Amino acid sequence: MDSMTLIAIASIVTAGVTIALGSIGPALGEGRAVATALSSLAQQPDAAATITRTLFVGLAMIESIAIYCFVVSMILIFANPFWNHVIAQTAGK
Amino acid sequence: MRLSPDEIIFWQHGFIKLNGTIVFTWGLMVVMAVGSKLITRNLSTDLTRSGWQNLLEILVTGIEKQIADVGLEQPKSYIDFLGTLFLFIALASLCTVVPGYEPPTGSLSTTAALALCVLVAVPFFGIKEQGLAGYLRSYAEPTFIMLPFNIISELSRTLALAVRLFGNMMSGAMILAILLTITPFLFPIAMSVLGLLTGMVQAYIFSILAAVYIAAATRSRKPKPSQPNPA
Repeated sequence: MDSMTLIAIASIVTAGVTIALGSIGPALGEGRAVATALSSLAQQPDAAATITRTLFVGLAMIESIAIYCFVVSMILIFANPFWNHVIAQTAGK
Repeated sequence: MRLSPDEIIFWQHGFIKLNGTIVFTWGLMVVMAVGSKLITRNLSTDLTRSGWQNLLEILVTGIEKQIADVGLEQPKSYIDFLGTLFLFIALASLCTVVPGYEPPTGSLSTTAALALCVLVAVPFFGIKEQGLAGYLRSYAEPTFIMLPFNIISELSRTLALAVRLFGNMMSGAMILAILLTITPFLFPIAMSVLGLLTGMVQAYIFSILAAVYIAAATRSRKPKPSQPNPA
């Protein structure tokens, strides 16, 4: 197996595993956050504005982790420096 | 598969490229500036006012209330920066209904520029509020050992702002592009509605986080004078 095939296999597999594993944690965390927010809204409906705003900010911070994994996955597929280097080498040969 | 509006080139001369990001950003700026100028030409304070003036008033008072809720006193001094952030990102996402338009926030350059604006604005407002010594002293709180961590957190917050907005916008555009090649009719419409929703939420998140960072930097640490007891 030459290095070009190895780089391709590693990039594709890592891209898939990154986004698969990276979505589990944030999904669980967001579920817990929304559940807690709903129960506190049920306990104190007058504080709905503050709770909702804090919930959205918290969800955005949790979501960022999944976004980081997504960006890494996209880089591996579309802007992969190792793949570009190997392609340039084979094109130059 | 187009990854960002940077790759749409409208005009090129040597190495100066007029790409999609620049054109759409300037288009948004022109729409916002010219639109506001036209609406605020004849402001009226009585009960009969144009619908456009009502719209602008709703926006401005809504943003002001949100900034006050975050804990910033005198929201009027921060509303130009925070309001512009919110309106630019929100309009950039809303205009996706226009065919042929790509949101410029789908390019890492735009989001990095916005995050750098926040990075510069936080010390600016902090120093304006607390003075240079007071603001620099806030980095050593609660103990001096936290100084490197505070600096690192400042930089990583900026990076997180940029990547969060970029990731959300780019993923929306990319999902749409992929779905259009697979099942072009109903499902892409649902996904573009979802993209609009996340665009609005991300605009709100970006400006609220900027407001929270500015509030943390301008929070006065002087102990409040105790109220005299009404005997």
